[in-house]
Amino acid sequence: MKKEELPQDRSALQGYTRELHYVKNEEGKFTTGLSSGWEIKASALENAWEDVHQQMEEAKKLVRQGDKSPLYFLMVKNLMDISILSSYTGFWRFRLRRHFKPEVYEKLSDKILLKYADVFSMTLKELKEFEV
Amino acid sequence: MMLNNFEHIQSAHCENGVVVKLLRDQGINMVDEPMAFGIGSGLFYIHIPFLKLNNAPAIAFRTMPGRIFKRTCNLLEIDYISKRFRNEQKGQQYLDDLLKQNINVGCQVGVFNLSYLPVEYRFHFNAHNIVVYGKNNEHYLVSDTVMETPTQLSEDEMLKARYAKGLYAPKGHLYYINSEKTHVVDQELLKRATLKGIKRNVRDMLHIPGPIAGVSGIQYTGKKILKWRDELGIRKAGRYLGHLVRMQEEIGTGGGGFRFLYAAFLQQSAEIFESNVLLKASDDFTKAGDLWRQSAVKMAGVFKGRTTEQHHFKEISDHLMEISEIEREAFKGLSKLKLSSRK
Repeated sequence: MKKEELPQDRSALQGYTRELHYVKNEEGKFTTGLSSGWEIKASALENAWEDVHQQMEEAKKLVRQGDKSPLYFLMVKNLMDISILSSYTGFWRFRLRRHFKPEVYEKLSDKILLKYADVFSMTLKELKEFEV
Repeated sequence: MMLNNFEHIQSAHCENGVVVKLLRDQGINMVDEPMAFGIGSGLFYIHIPFLKLNNAPAIAFRTMPGRIFKRTCNLLEIDYISKRFRNEQKGQQYLDDLLKQNINVGCQVGVFNLSYLPVEYRFHFNAHNIVVYGKNNEHYLVSDTVMETPTQLSEDEMLKARYAKGLYAPKGHLYYINSEKTHVVDQELLKRATLKGIKRNVRDMLHIPGPIAGVSGIQYTGKKILKWRDELGIRKAGRYLGHLVRMQEEIGTGGGGFRFLYAAFLQQSAEIFESNVLLKASDDFTKAGDLWRQSAVKMAGVFKGRTTEQHHFKEISDHLMEISEIEREAFKGLSKLKLSSRK
């Protein structure tokens, strides 16, 4: 890539930073240049977020239908999957899956709920009162 | 603490930047980002189909996190200390003690809790590296080399970032150079390290058994892409391709999946060794980088929903096959390199 071809598109980096690239100058020697972003990858990032939002909508629906507990929605909202949530809480996966059942969730102790609240950066009260 | 004289450097990739910065603290100025990347044999490709990252297959364009620092230090015969701490308080105390001695420390962190990054970038990704260079009123002074300027993190944020969980969990990992055993890096040592770095990169890209790593890995992805449209449907296939573009182009790669960075390293090496073989290889990787970017444009056509026919997937696949061939030939050329580190 030549220095003058380095894209200067709008991206989520605006107001935070520009990123460094290795590009060729007129003599064909490598040098560095700063880029504000590239439309192609900005749309790749957008695409990833659309996917997150879609997953959140689906999770919301499942919680409202009574198929899943709010913990399931909060996991998706925090960009986690079951393996990440398992490593943050220290609970085994099958236990998490149980906690995703609304009837099991209703009976969880404060001690367990506090663990989830911490992981999701909420207070215990906020978690208990949480509605999707 | 007087920290006005801290010199922040910016790099394309975080780990390279930390290496360059920590070496510079020891007065070793001849290793810039491309040299650190090359000596650390940073260029790689792997496609691990059974390992999922953010709901897409794990694809990497560079070597394992932490390797570049270790390899570069080892080849330049620099003594370093690297530690992890099960106990969070101990991990924090150790870092604070180093900072009190005015030692700049490399830390592995997860990006989810890095408040100075745009929220759009804050996924659960744990292989980020930063330099911590001081502490002021419960705030850590941070030099994140992908940023244009230094930043800060609160004590709480730092703890969360150093103890992020999941794949590549940092477990409080920190590292720094043992300045008591530091020495001068002369031209001969640099040359020797450069040749060893290239040799190891040839091995990693050409000789790892199995179809998923190195130049064969690129081919493997190319073949997979041909099936994605039918197997996954357009939407999911688009998301996989979007993921590939992000791994290839997002912050830290210097563009073209690190290929330009490697080409820059080879160009510099060509000058040091006065070697046409190296110069030719540099041109090859520049070409590969350009092709990677062109294929990203084609991939975007899919996830934007503009060009989603099977023949569009075929074009992307062809691109990857071509790249694989170019990189294979380039590394074959490098494997025959006969240069001496002596004058």
